[in-house]
Amino acid sequence: MDHQPPPFFKRGPAPLALLSFYVAISLALLLIDARLQALEVLRQAISAFTEPVQQLAHLPAQFLDNAGNYFVSVSRLQDENAQLKRARLENVAQLLRTQQLEVENERLRRLLGVKQRQQASGQLAQILYSVRDPYSRRIVIDKGQQDKVVTGQPVIDDVGIVGQVTRVFPFVSEVTLITDKEQAVPVQIVRTGLRSVVFGLGNGQLELRYLPANADVHDGDVLVTSGLDGIFLPGFPVAKVAHIERDTSYSFARIFCVPLAGVENFSEVMILDPRPAVALPEQLAKVAAARDAKSSARSGLTKKKRLKKD
Amino acid sequence: MQTSYSSSRILLPVRPWFIACSLLLALLLNFLPTAAWPAVPDWTALLIVFWSVREPRRVGMGLAFLFGVAMDVADASLLGQHALAYVLVAYAASSLSRRILWFPLAQQALQVFPLLLLVQLVQFGVRMLIGGDFPGIGYFLGPVFSALLWPLLTFLLLLPQHQPVDRDDNRPL
Repeated sequence: MDHQPPPFFKRGPAPLALLSFYVAISLALLLIDARLQALEVLRQAISAFTEPVQQLAHLPAQFLDNAGNYFVSVSRLQDENAQLKRARLENVAQLLRTQQLEVENERLRRLLGVKQRQQASGQLAQILYSVRDPYSRRIVIDKGQQDKVVTGQPVIDDVGIVGQVTRVFPFVSEVTLITDKEQAVPVQIVRTGLRSVVFGLGNGQLELRYLPANADVHDGDVLVTSGLDGIFLPGFPVAKVAHIERDTSYSFARIFCVPLAGVENFSEVMILDPRPAVALPEQLAKVAAARDAKSSARSGLTKKKRLKKD
Repeated sequence: MQTSYSSSRILLPVRPWFIACSLLLALLLNFLPTAAWPAVPDWTALLIVFWSVREPRRVGMGLAFLFGVAMDVADASLLGQHALAYVLVAYAASSLSRRILWFPLAQQALQVFPLLLLVQLVQFGVRMLIGGDFPGIGYFLGPVFSALLWPLLTFLLLLPQHQPVDRDDNRPL
């Protein structure tokens, strides 16, 4: 035992003072993060320390997974290979026709003077794990700032839209799934062309909102992205109508949908390149520029006023 | 290093690196993919409560805050959510530590359970205010298992302090 002076002389600040200090910092962090989303840099800095530990923690699971793959029997792989070859041959006719149709469509659009559609392109990414936070539905993929991923890029799998990149770290990025409560996707019903917005419900389902009770929607209708948001390319399948509740006492129908893509599965996904911003028509652009100039001048003025006050 | 109800034996002083290692191990356990299963204990919260009860002068709100922020970043949750919960529970645990340590282990577990539930409830409250999903009942079962683990945890983490003062090479423990 080492000899120390009596402990009550060097206890530091009173516990209650410390508590209020730390609680105040936590509350400030909470508010800034929830309302202003201004702490991404801090988050990235801390993630430089936590990310290696996380990778380490996920090693055993990955090892087990790889070991399982290693011991898959050869015959099963051969079967799968044959099946894939057959599927490719079956799809080839359709693919060739689609290519030809796309070229034809482009030519017709050029003839009509309509803006040409953007080609879908992107990069493949592997889903690393789903985020531990039980209050939201997000996944982490293995492409980040190093691979020039930016926030807002849509993420798809082989069937349809999976979600959207919401946070980018140096080596990984976070994708909010379309089933998350805070995710919305502008969609269009294929059969009727009706446009609306589909929202995640948080329980694996989606809800199509703001459609009147007498809207022409049936069970099994397929929803595709409408592309009006300027983020998602038009025409990607999103969800299928599963169940409709029409209550005459409400003016809107409650339409529940299930996602088409394997949203909660673990597999590979594709990050689509961000859509370039559509240029405004000349007159509108001038108005917008004038407004920007005015607002910047006004903010300059307020700054000057503040300086004078000081 | 306190005497307790069950024994008046004086333990060896705890080594700071042992506390640090156990806390880091808890963080690693929290990052395991098993954390997505329902009713898995929040290991970091459990260890922070344990050391705040056992060594309130070494582990306190400062460490709880740091580990909370690390959890927030790794969890991709709201920044400050775990930090707030851990700081509150560290304060509660250290101010109750004299009382908790007086009871036998099973009753200690009963007293620790509300503290661990507080961790979940604070986070739940914060996220519901912001507008998150309901995480399911399994989320609140975690503290039950944490509290059940309390006696075992006490046994394991106090082992190094139970070593005899003068080391005997023929008797490692």
